Amino acid sequence: MNAVKFLFAAYIATWLIHGVYLGTLVRRFSKLRQQLKELGRRG
Amino acid sequence: MKRLFPILAVLTAVFLAYALYRALVVAPADALQGEVYRIIYYHVPSAWTAFLLFFINFIASIQYLVSNKPSARTAMKWVVVAIGVIGVIATYLPPIKRLIPAGMEPSAVATTVLAIPAAYFLIGWLFPGQRLDVLAVTSAEVGVVFCTIVLVTGPIWARPVWGIWWAPGDIRLTSTLVLWLIYVSYLVLRRFSNSAQTQMLAAALAVFGALDVPLVYFSIWFFRTQHPQPVIGGGGSMDPRMLQTLLISWMAFLCFAFLVCWSRFRLELLQREVEEAHAMESLVGSGVSAKASLPLTRSSR
Repeated sequence: MNAVKFLFAAYIATWLIHGVYLGTLVRRFSKLRQQLKELGRRG
Repeated sequence: MKRLFPILAVLTAVFLAYALYRALVVAPADALQGEVYRIIYYHVPSAWTAFLLFFINFIASIQYLVSNKPSARTAMKWVVVAIGVIGVIATYLPPIKRLIPAGMEPSAVATTVLAIPAAYFLIGWLFPGQRLDVLAVTSAEVGVVFCTIVLVTGPIWARPVWGIWWAPGDIRLTSTLVLWLIYVSYLVLRRFSNSAQTQMLAAALAVFGALDVPLVYFSIWFFRTQHPQPVIGGGGSMDPRMLQTLLISWMAFLCFAFLVCWSRFRLELLQREVEEAHAMESLVGSGVSAKASLPLTRSSR
């Protein structure tokens, strides 16, 4: 059965989903830190 | 604590790499499915991790729902203790024992029942007040990520083995999809609702959503499904190297999930801090005394 491509597809999909989610976390963190900096400057 | 995070991240990366090595090299090929069965080492640990996170969300949501009413809090403590005591005793009563699916030990059921009061008191002690709500949103969001992986890797595995991507009407598949949809709607509610009651509504939705988890888990025991029967606790057998690899893989994913939850938890705290600072700034700007009580933050995204 030539099904190895499905195995690799599943593994790649898993890490792709985790990667995208971690990317959104990093983006949200940097956005919030930026906001905190601006608040600190103003106050 | 901040110094600990990178160390744990490196250790988790090494652990995940070792789990991958075991999944691809050490574990033997399956006699029927060949190499493609190795998807199990990502599919099943992701499902177990998602269930665990939804369970944490369930406990945190219940705690949050009763947190504002001392009488409800006391009543819930007794209910949880009663669930633990009655559940363990009932597991060993012959009429209940007969209902337990073949291959599942009563002691395993009793241990699972005991996990409910244990988790309830531990979570209540570790996450007081608003931190319960932060934990609830954290576990739901990370749980949805793991559940998404289950729903993506499942069809990829099904295609070469069953010949189809999806078995319409199959209760295990459908209930898992429903579970995912419930928690996605939970996150959407938290993201877009502006009501002051959002946190309470979300907690109530989470309690109903969690009721789907036992249905997903036990569906393969009680219903005829396309999905295979469980190999652990379901009367099946598995090569010891396969079983060890599966458990190592799950441990690695649990460590990874813990780190992701830790980051998401800190993000939520930071977000609430920023929103409170914004609220304070607008109060001061509008001439209202800064000492005025702030409205309950509604970020909880």
